[in-house]
Amino acid sequence: MTPTLSGRIQTRIFLLAVVGGLITLVIVPVLPGSAPLGDKYRDGFLILLSVAVLGVLWELLYHFLMQWRWEKDWPTLFGLATGVPEGLLVWLLLSAGAVPGIVGHVGGAAFLIQFILIWLGVWLVANGPMRVPFIRWRFIGGRVW
Amino acid sequence: MVAAAGIPIVDVPLVSVGGGMGSFVTVDYLRIAGATTDRIRVLSDIDYPWQTYEYLTRVSQIPRPERIRSDSASRPDNIWGFPSYALAEAIHDRSLKPLRQVLVEPIWADYYTPRAGQVFTGLEREAKRIRYSDMLVKGQVRMVRRRKGGGYFTILTPPDAKPARRVAYRSQFVHLAVGYPGLKFLPELQAFRTENQDFYHVVSAYEDHEHVYDRLRAKQGVVLIRGGGIVASRVLQRLMDDRAKYNLSTEIVHLFRTYISGSHGPSPWMRRKGGNGWAYQGFNYPKSVWGGQLKAKMRRLEGDQRATEYKLMGGTNTPYRRRWQQQMNEGRAGGWYRVLAGTVEQMKVREDGMVISQVKTSQGVGEVAADFVIDCTGLEADISEHRVLADLLEHSGAGRNPVGRLDVERTFELRGTSSGTGVAYASGAATLGGYFPGVDTFLGLQIAAQEITDDLARRGFCPKIGPGRSVSQWLRWARNQQP
Repeated sequence: MTPTLSGRIQTRIFLLAVVGGLITLVIVPVLPGSAPLGDKYRDGFLILLSVAVLGVLWELLYHFLMQWRWEKDWPTLFGLATGVPEGLLVWLLLSAGAVPGIVGHVGGAAFLIQFILIWLGVWLVANGPMRVPFIRWRFIGGRVW
Repeated sequence: MVAAAGIPIVDVPLVSVGGGMGSFVTVDYLRIAGATTDRIRVLSDIDYPWQTYEYLTRVSQIPRPERIRSDSASRPDNIWGFPSYALAEAIHDRSLKPLRQVLVEPIWADYYTPRAGQVFTGLEREAKRIRYSDMLVKGQVRMVRRRKGGGYFTILTPPDAKPARRVAYRSQFVHLAVGYPGLKFLPELQAFRTENQDFYHVVSAYEDHEHVYDRLRAKQGVVLIRGGGIVASRVLQRLMDDRAKYNLSTEIVHLFRTYISGSHGPSPWMRRKGGNGWAYQGFNYPKSVWGGQLKAKMRRLEGDQRATEYKLMGGTNTPYRRRWQQQMNEGRAGGWYRVLAGTVEQMKVREDGMVISQVKTSQGVGEVAADFVIDCTGLEADISEHRVLADLLEHSGAGRNPVGRLDVERTFELRGTSSGTGVAYASGAATLGGYFPGVDTFLGLQIAAQEITDDLARRGFCPKIGPGRSVSQWLRWARNQQP
């Protein structure tokens, strides 16, 4: 990928909303945990929102790091591997009760399953299928609008 | 006037001049956008779009089984770049290897690049799908001129025409993709060939030079390679492959004009890797030239600033490939691959048939004796060497950009050549130096084609490709159905 800063942020928000939203919608009912479905959905979407909001800050860091690359590209594996620190940060904030609006307790397994599926889904779509509906996307640094 | 001169006139809304990869990629885009075959004519002297490209790759040592220097998602037969070449290869070969490579490239593996054969097979399929041959008209294009009433006349001589027979294509839009204006030799090589009429010992890597490898198989020899680009890498690989395969003792002397000894660039944020003479870069330009930060930056630059940036990012370079590094290391260790930095002042043939090059290096002037000299510098001729382009510069208002090639707008409209409601576009190598640098590459041709298609859509030639059309057309592509 060869994103610009605005392209990074737009792609992140768009794909988390669409792909992440769909995955959350489908996966939440089968995630481990005994809370009522409404609460589980609320927490699931709040986690998704946290990934998006924190992600904008992460993108600033990635953009800065990318400046040391001659090609000004962001290799495929970086897009996958950055999921580890990002997931850890969200989990730490969740555990510290720092994510506002969470009701009940989000279990480690439930979080891990949801986060990994969202991350993989977004990464896979960004690395290919995204180009099918949005034919100009890859030529404008990943901007969606 | 044209009709009065007895020249038959053919009316068609859009003419693409060239018929190589540039015409193909543009016409492919237009067909996918919804233009029917009767609205487009491709005027060309070649039979199929990849004919020249395949010739050049083959002689410069990339036969069908070898890999070209192009990204996995740069597919001239698929405007979406999905599935990428790596994914297609993985499915075709039932192997995860190409996918593993794109996953870890470029840090833990070389950049994935497709085999030439895979590219040609895909092009053949796409050409059939868009009914390219229905749009192709064979012949030699003489000139493109603006019409008084708007639009253009493109004058074509059909291949079987008696002298003076011409056909005039009257169109509102013209697209020019005539490729490289021509090959230019280094002055001393040109002088040597002209004086000695010797096309055997001194060859260009862009010409068929198989006799060099044949002779080296029969008799031990020394080869002098000139140049530090991808073609020099490929020729080296061929010589070294043959050396290993046939147990030869070929000696190679490699002369760089500019010797790169390590990482280089103006700032920590713009530093390109290099070493042993070479400047290393995955593709012709830094990757983000085709869609990221550098593309956005170049789009804003004018004049000298743009020319300077071109020099910084371009120049001669080659990819860092592990196999090549290994071969060169073996050669250096074995003493049969030597590198020199300098320029050649004079060349002559010795009585024993060896070509003697007088090389000027920082240590002084020395002589290199070689059985063959292979010029891999790939110098290109000026655009005015091409008849159609020279005519455009002279008669139709076309001008030059900061690096001396055809000046195009961000939409690839040929600046200064509009004619009434008519517009002329140009893409490919002739437009290098514009707001977008990677013009003479697969992906660059697609970027140009997209800009041209969008501009033509604004002018009512075809619908604009939105997300809906894009998805439905991709499904048709996937099922190999006509657009």
